[in-house]
Amino acid sequence: MPASPVVVDEHAPNPALQHQFATEGQQKNAASLGMWVFLAQEVMFFGGMFCAYLIYRYKYFADFGSGSQQLNVTLGAINTAVLICSSLTVVLSVRAAQLGKRKALIGWLLLTIVLGFAFLGIKADEYAEKFEKHHVPGPNFSYHELLPGQANLPPAERQYANPRHAEMYFSLYFAMTGMHALHMIIGVGIFGFLAFMAWRGKYTPEYYTPVENAGLYWHFVDIVWIYLFPLLYLIDRHR
Amino acid sequence: MAEHNSASAPIDEHVSEHVSTIGSSVAIWITLLVCTGLTVGAAFIDLGPFNIVVALAIATVKATLVVLFFMHVKYTHEKLTGLVVVSAIFWLFLLLALSMLDYATRFWR
Repeated sequence: MPASPVVVDEHAPNPALQHQFATEGQQKNAASLGMWVFLAQEVMFFGGMFCAYLIYRYKYFADFGSGSQQLNVTLGAINTAVLICSSLTVVLSVRAAQLGKRKALIGWLLLTIVLGFAFLGIKADEYAEKFEKHHVPGPNFSYHELLPGQANLPPAERQYANPRHAEMYFSLYFAMTGMHALHMIIGVGIFGFLAFMAWRGKYTPEYYTPVENAGLYWHFVDIVWIYLFPLLYLIDRHR
Repeated sequence: MAEHNSASAPIDEHVSEHVSTIGSSVAIWITLLVCTGLTVGAAFIDLGPFNIVVALAIATVKATLVVLFFMHVKYTHEKLTGLVVVSAIFWLFLLLALSMLDYATRFWR
């Protein structure tokens, strides 16, 4: 069939639609699937550290309990709540983008950044305490703490944690929370970029894929913390 | 080649995305906060070997709520998303379970 010289396209092309995709729906699905595959890779990345944690906790169970009791449960719980609140603001920013509410979108994105900084600030305070107490693994590491449940015994019978094993706990603590904090810092940067682009009016109900995919990333980082909090902060707390 | 191939028309069927309501999002948010309180409270009760089980069970409930509702997996029509999520969990299971099988059974070391 010869091509008609006058093409009347009833579907006016969306400027955000890239030429390799047939439709906007296909482009959106491809971007979403790519993000999910990236998150599956992130599961394996953090999974390696969780596996190392599991092996050493199994081997040095009591010493890990001792190390865990040096952490501040209140600050850990507050940070968990801060991250859960930030996940809500992310959900609301995606919703604002879907409904085309530009001001609400910018507001929720900025609130997410504020909550991200609040988390990082509390984390920095916790890290500072670890440096003061020489609980940071390395040449200056020093550890003389009781094993869980020993404080009620007569002083002569009390058993102390093996410092080498406690150092393993703190190595994993810093590796896991440090990698998580790095993801938070990257996330705050991404949300700053999104807020700037939203202010420029880049996102519409037809095109808000970056907001949605950044949201998926933020929720994933939240889920990592949901597991890190009980595993690192809440070992043997009842003793 | 026609630009709009009729054979591939169904591709466009789900451009309209799920928009979460404020009410349901707030309900999930409150549930997550309550679960955080529960996990802290449970840690200070002596449940013997079940302390870790309870902590991980609550964490898994929270993670599931986030994935299904905040990450919209419950509402997606795209089956590939579900496949990627299940694959990720399965690979993680293989990594943790097979490693621990090895370490937990080397009594001669």
